[in-house]
Amino acid sequence: MDLASAKPSSWLSDQRVRGLIYQLLLVGCIVVLACGAIYNAVINMRARGIPTGFGFWNDVAGFDINLHLISYSNQSTYGRAFWVGLLNTLLVAVICIPLATLLGFVIGVARLSPNWLLSRFALVYTSIMRNTPLLLLLLFWYNAVLKSLPAPRQSISIGDIVFLNNRGLYLPMPVAREPASWFVGVVLAAIAVAIGFRVWARGRRDRTGAQAPTVLVAAALILGLPALATAGTGAPFAFDIARLSGFNLKGGLQIIPEMAALVFGLVTFTAAFIAEIVRAGVLAVPVGQSEAAGALGLHRGLSMKLVVIPQAMRLITPPLTSQYLNVVKNSSLAVFIGYPDLVQIFAGTVLNQTQAAVQVMAITMAVYLVISLVVALALNVFNARYALKGR
Amino acid sequence: MSLDSLTYVREAPEPAEAPPMLSRGGLAWVHTNLFSSIGSSLVTIGCVALVAYMLPQLVVWATTHAIWSASDGAACRQYQDGACWAFVIAKWDYLRFGSYPVAERWRVDVVEAVGALLIVWLLWTNAPRRAWGALLLFVVYPILALILLRGSSLFGLPIVDTLLWGGIFVSLLTAVVGIVFSLPLGVLLALGRRSPLPVVRMASVLFIEFVRGVPFITILFMANNLLPVFLPEAWAPDRLLRPLAGIVLFSAAYMAEEVRGGLQSLGKGQYEAAKALGLNYPRMMALIILPQALTLVIPGIVNNFVGLFMDTTLISVVGVTDFLEAMNNAIKDPVWAGPTIMVTGYVFAGIFYFCFCYGMTRYSAHVERILAKGRK
Repeated sequence: MDLASAKPSSWLSDQRVRGLIYQLLLVGCIVVLACGAIYNAVINMRARGIPTGFGFWNDVAGFDINLHLISYSNQSTYGRAFWVGLLNTLLVAVICIPLATLLGFVIGVARLSPNWLLSRFALVYTSIMRNTPLLLLLLFWYNAVLKSLPAPRQSISIGDIVFLNNRGLYLPMPVAREPASWFVGVVLAAIAVAIGFRVWARGRRDRTGAQAPTVLVAAALILGLPALATAGTGAPFAFDIARLSGFNLKGGLQIIPEMAALVFGLVTFTAAFIAEIVRAGVLAVPVGQSEAAGALGLHRGLSMKLVVIPQAMRLITPPLTSQYLNVVKNSSLAVFIGYPDLVQIFAGTVLNQTQAAVQVMAITMAVYLVISLVVALALNVFNARYALKGR
Repeated sequence: MSLDSLTYVREAPEPAEAPPMLSRGGLAWVHTNLFSSIGSSLVTIGCVALVAYMLPQLVVWATTHAIWSASDGAACRQYQDGACWAFVIAKWDYLRFGSYPVAERWRVDVVEAVGALLIVWLLWTNAPRRAWGALLLFVVYPILALILLRGSSLFGLPIVDTLLWGGIFVSLLTAVVGIVFSLPLGVLLALGRRSPLPVVRMASVLFIEFVRGVPFITILFMANNLLPVFLPEAWAPDRLLRPLAGIVLFSAAYMAEEVRGGLQSLGKGQYEAAKALGLNYPRMMALIILPQALTLVIPGIVNNFVGLFMDTTLISVVGVTDFLEAMNNAIKDPVWAGPTIMVTGYVFAGIFYFCFCYGMTRYSAHVERILAKGRK
C-alpha cells in the first residue's frame, strides 16, 4: 500500500487534542454546576429570608457559653462566640495531644515489650479502642460515668483537695499571692541551665562517647531550683481549694464534665492509634541496626535511644502528625456531649439562630482547612530537615 | 616408669549431661517471656493480679448477677450489681428497626439476608464466580434494596417514609451505601489525581484535600444544611439521602488516597508494557493497572471500611436514628431508665460495633497474609 495515500489520522485521535477536550468538558461541568448552585442558592435564600452577607457577625448572640477563655456574655456578638469556640477547640487539642502522645508511646513500647503478658495487654487495649466508635466512648464516659456521679454535696473527694461530682472535676488552682516575677525568673533560669547542660552533654557525647543523665539533671534543675527558692523566701502563690457552699462547690479550678469526657475519650482513643504507629515505626527499623548497636557494646536501652528510635522517628512523624490533625478534627464530636467547641457553638447554635448556613459552614470549614494546611507545611519543613540525605 | 601409666585414654564416652532446664519447653518459655528480669517479673505479677481482680467481677456482672428477664426497669433499678440484659431484650426490635412499621419489617429482614449472602460470597476468597457476586452486589442489590425498603406501588409494597427508618438496619445501610459508592468514586478520584491532564489533576487534588482537611461532622452539616440551599426546591433531597451523600463523598476522598498508594507502588514497567501492547487508557487501567493496584491495597481499603462503619454513628447529628442513637433513645425511656441500664446499653452497643469492626480487621489481616504469600 502506498504510504502517501494513507488517510491522515483524524485530529481527534491526537492525544493532546483529546486531553484538551476532556479538560474543557470537566471545566464546563464544574462551571455549570457552580452556576446552577449559586443561582438556586440566591433564589432559595431570598425565598426563605436567609441573610446573604456577613452582617450577622456583629449582632448580639444572646446565648450563654459555660466555658470561655476570653470574656464573653450573652450580650457579646456572634463574632466573639466564634473566637470562644475556636479557642475551646484549640484548648482541647492542646491538652489532648501531649497526653495522647505520652500514653500512645507507653502503650506502643509495651506492645514491643519482651514480656509476653504486657504486650498482650497492650494488644487488647489497642484492639478494643481501634474497633469501637469514638462517639460511643464519649457517650459512655459522659452519660454513664460522669453524669451518674453523685451531686456536689456527696462529692467524691481525695483528701478534701480534689473533688469529683456530676458538675465536674475540681482541682486546686494556684493563685499568685504577690507579683511573682522573681519566681518566674527562677523557673526560666532553671530551664535555660537545663538546655545549656543538654547542649554541653551532646557535644561531649559526640566527642568522647560518654553519656550523661540529661533528663534526670534537667528534672532536678527545673523542679529543684524553684523548690529551693520557695523554701528560702516562702511560696509566691497559694492554692485555692474548692469548698462546699450551699448546694454547689465554690472556688478551685473546675473542669466541666463535658470537657473531662471529651479529653478522656479523645486521649484514650487516639493513644491506641499512636501506639500502633510507634510499634510499626520501631519494627520497620532493620534488625541489623540494633544488632550492630549490640555489637558495638550498647545495651538494649541505649541502642533503642541512640540507634533505633532516631531512625524510627522518621517513619513515625508523618502518621503521627496526621493523628494530631485527627485529634483536632475529632474534637468536633464535642457537639454530641455539649462541650462548647467551634462546631457546637458556631456550626450549631449560631447557624440555627442566624440561618446563615452558607457563610457559617464556609467559615467553620475554612478554620479546619487552615489548621490542616499549617500543620502540613510544618511537616514538610520537618521532612526536608530530617529525611534521609542522599537517597 | 613407662609412658603408659601417665597417659589416660578414654575408653567410653562420658555420660551426656542433662539439657539445661531453661532452654526449651514450657518452663523456658515462661522464663524468657514472663520472668526474664526482676522488672519483667514484677510486671507479670501485676498483670496477673489485675486480671485475677477484674475478670471474675466482670464475668459475674455480665452473667450471674445480671437480670435476664423483666417487664420494666424496676428490678434493674433495685439490684444494681449486674447488667440489665432484660432491657436489651425488651428493646431489641426497636434497636433493630427503629420505628419501621411492624407489618413491613420482613422486608428489612429479606434485604439484610440477601446482603449478608452476597457479602459472604465476595469475601470468601475461594468462592466460585466472584465477578457475578460483585455485579449482583454493586448493581442489582442496591435497586432491590431500594424497592424493598422504601416500597413501590408497582410491586404493591406500601411506601415507608425514611423518617421511620432506624436502628441497626440504618447503620448497616449507611455503611453498605458508603462502601458501594465510595470505592468506585475513590478509584476515579485516584486516577484523576494521577492524570497527566492538569485540570483533572487539580480538581481531584482540591476535592481530596478539602474533604480530608475538615471533620466529618462539618461535611454532614454541609450536606444537611447546604444541599437544600444549592438545589432547586423541587429536587430537595430526602432527609436520609443527604447524610448518605455526605458519607459517600467523605469516604471517597480517603479511599482515593488508599488507591493512589496502590497505583504509585506499581512499577513503571506495567504502564509501559500495557502501552506497548497498544492498549488505550481505559483498557490499560481496567485490565492491567487497577486489578494489581487494588489487590495491593485491599488491607488499607478494608481499614477504611472499618473507619467508615464507625463514622456512621455520627449521622445522628443530622437527625437520623442509627443504632447508637436508637440505643440513646431506648436508654432515655422512663420505663427503663436507670444507671445499670445505661451502662448495659452502651456496653451492648460497644460489643456490636466491636464485633463488626474487629471482624473486618481480621479479614483484612487474613487477605494481607494471602497476598504476602503470593509476592514472595
